[in-house]
Amino acid sequence: MALLELRDIHKTYHLGGETIRALDGVSLDIDSGEFISIIGPSGSGKSTLMHILGCLDSPTSGTLMMDNTMIHDASSRQLASIRNKKIGFVFQFFNLLPKLTVRQNVELPMIYSGHSSKERRERAMTALRRVNMEDRSKHRPSQLSGGQQQRTAIARALVNDPRIIFADEPTGNLDSHTGELILEMFDQLHNEGRTVMLVTHDPEIAAVTPRRIEIRDGKIANEADPTLAGKAPRFEQIIKAESKATT
Amino acid sequence: MNFGTVIQSGIKEIGAHWFRSLLTMFGVICGVASLVTMASFIKGKENLLRESLAETGGLEKITVESEDDLPDYQKHLEGEAKGVTLKDVYALQAGAPMVHDITPSINKSRYRGYLRVSRKGRGARPWMLQGTWPTALEIQEHEIEHGRMFTMMDDLLSNNVCVIGTEIRNSLFDEVDDQGETIIPIGERILINYVPFTIVGMFREYMSDEDRKKKEAAKASGETRSLRNIFSRGSDSNTRRTQFIYYQKNNAIMVPLNTLVAKLDSSYETGSKLDRKLSEITMKIEDVSLLSTSLQQVRNVLMRTHKGLEDFEFETQEEFADDITLAIYNERISGMFIAGICLLIGGIGIINIMLSSISERVREIGIRKSVGATSMDVFTQILIESVVLAVAGGLAGLAISPILVNTLASLADDSTPPIMTTQAMLIAFGFSVLIGSLAGLFPAIKAAKLNPIQALRYD
Repeated sequence: MALLELRDIHKTYHLGGETIRALDGVSLDIDSGEFISIIGPSGSGKSTLMHILGCLDSPTSGTLMMDNTMIHDASSRQLASIRNKKIGFVFQFFNLLPKLTVRQNVELPMIYSGHSSKERRERAMTALRRVNMEDRSKHRPSQLSGGQQQRTAIARALVNDPRIIFADEPTGNLDSHTGELILEMFDQLHNEGRTVMLVTHDPEIAAVTPRRIEIRDGKIANEADPTLAGKAPRFEQIIKAESKATT
Repeated sequence: MNFGTVIQSGIKEIGAHWFRSLLTMFGVICGVASLVTMASFIKGKENLLRESLAETGGLEKITVESEDDLPDYQKHLEGEAKGVTLKDVYALQAGAPMVHDITPSINKSRYRGYLRVSRKGRGARPWMLQGTWPTALEIQEHEIEHGRMFTMMDDLLSNNVCVIGTEIRNSLFDEVDDQGETIIPIGERILINYVPFTIVGMFREYMSDEDRKKKEAAKASGETRSLRNIFSRGSDSNTRRTQFIYYQKNNAIMVPLNTLVAKLDSSYETGSKLDRKLSEITMKIEDVSLLSTSLQQVRNVLMRTHKGLEDFEFETQEEFADDITLAIYNERISGMFIAGICLLIGGIGIINIMLSSISERVREIGIRKSVGATSMDVFTQILIESVVLAVAGGLAGLAISPILVNTLASLADDSTPPIMTTQAMLIAFGFSVLIGSLAGLFPAIKAAKLNPIQALRYD
C-alpha cells in the first residue's frame, strides 16, 4: 500500500492575468520506506509538487491520498495537523528561528502537537543526539555553522517521528563536504526505514537516491526506478543532458 | 497549542525587544495612570460633596418654611397668612406617619436682628441662634461631644440652657487652657442678648478628615499658631461649600424653643403659643424613594391646618443631590474622555508595533506554519503578545498611579484630597486589556492569513 498516492494532480496559478500551469497532471505513488529524489530545473514545478506532497499547498484538481486518507481537499487546519504529525521539512536556508536556542527550535513542532514541556525537552534531546548536536543544544542558530544548522533542522524534522521527510535543496547552502555529510545522514535515515524525499536541481545529489523522478514543465518527464531496470540507461542520458544544460 | 507556552513565548518576544516594548507600553501606561488619577480626584470630590450632603441631614431631610408670598389667586388673603406654627408640628405628628422627628425651630441669624453672645468681656459671633427641640440634634446631624442636649423638660420649663459649637467656645473661652488642656465649658454661664444661659452641652468639632489629620499633626508637633491657618480654605467651589457647612455647624448655638420665645424674642406675640410663627419645621422621611409621596402627605396635612392657604413651602435636598450627581457626571465624562484618548493612543501604538513586528517575522510565521502551527495558533500567538504588552503596560500604569496621584495632590495643596479606589484601578486595568486585545486583533488576523509557502520564501 502506497504511503502517498497522487492522481492527475494539477496546480495552476494566476499571476497578473496570466495562467501558469505549475503542475499539469502528475500521478505518482510513493511507498513507505522509499528514498526518492525529485529533480528538475528551476520553474519546472518540483517545488510546487513538494509543497503539495508536504501539505503546504492544495492542488487545483486531482486527488492526493496519504495513508489511505484523502487530503487534497482537507481544510487548512487538517493540513496543519498532518504537517505537524506526519511530515518533516528540511529547507535550503535551514529556517531556524534565530531567537530560539537549538533545543527550543527542535521543540517547536511539539509545541503545536501539545506535548508537555518535560516530554518536549526529552524528545528534543533525543533527536539532537541522533544528529550529533547534543552538545550544542543551548546555542543559538547564529552561533552554528551551516552544517550544524542543517543538522538542527533535521532534528526538528525528526522530532515528531513523521511518516515522511521532505528536504528542499538541503545541501544548496553548504560546501560540498558538509553537503555530503548531510546526504549521508539522509541515507542513514532511509536505512533506518524512514521515507525521505529530496528535492534538488543537482543530478549528482539525485544520484544518491535509488528512485529519481524528473519534473519538467509540470509533468513527470522521466522516472528512474531500480525496479524498472531497463529504463535506467535512458535516465542516465537525461542526467547527462541535464548537467550540460545547467553548467 | 498550550496556552501557557503561548504566554511564555509572548513574554519572551517582548523581552527580546524590551526597549521597543517599553515605548509601546508607554501609551498604555499613561492611559491607565491618567484614568486612575482622574478617577481618584473625582472620587475625592464626590466623597466631599456626599459628606456635605450628609452633614446637612442627607436626602431624608425635608424642611417646611413659612412663605410670605402667596400664590396669585390667594393674594387677597395675605393678612390671614401665619406661616408654619407649632400647630402644624402637632398636626404632622398626628397625621403624617411617613415623616418622623418633626422639629420646629425659630432661627435668629446674626445678620437679621440683634444677636449678641458674650462672656466676661469676650464676644462671639454665632452663625445662628436656634430655638428648637432636642430632635434637632439628629435632623441636623449634630453630635454632642461633651455634656448633654437639652431635653423636652428644659423646653417645657423654658430653662436658660444652651448647647454650643466649638467655635463659640473658642471665642468665649479659648480652645485650650494654659496647661494645654482642651477647655470643656460645661456648666459655665454665658450671656445671650444679656440673658444668662448655662452651657449644658457642646458639639464635636466638625471638620473634614483631611483637616483633622492636619490638626492632630500640628498638635503633636506642638504647633501653637492659629489652627484656622492650617485648614484648607478650599480653592474650588465644592470644597468651599463643604467648608462653609462645617463653619456653620461649628458656630451654632441651640436653646430650647420655648426659652427662645419667652426670654429672647423681642417680637413676643400675644395669643396661643401654638400660633407662634416658626422659621421652619424640619423632619425626616422614612424612605428616600418615597420622597414625593411623603411630601404630598405633609402637604395634605398642612393644607388642612392652613385652611387652604399656601403660606408655606418645601425645601428638599434633592436639588443638592442632583447638583452633586451632575457635577460628578460632568467631571467623569471629561476625565474619561482624556484618559480614553490616552488609551486609544496606547492602542494605536500597539497596533503599529505589532504590524511592524509581523512584517519582520513573516519568515518565522512561515516556519511555524510549516511545522504544524494552524492559523488559529498564529492568531492566538500574536493576539496574546499584544495582550501581554497591554497587561504589562496596565500593571506599570497602576504601579505609577499612586505616585502620580500623591504628587499632584501635594502640588495642589488646597484641592480636594483624592481617593484611589480599587474599582477605578480595576476598570483602568480592564480597559488596558481590552485595548490590547482590540489592537492585537488586526495584526493577528493579518499574520494568521499568511500563506506558509510565500512566508517561507519571504526575505
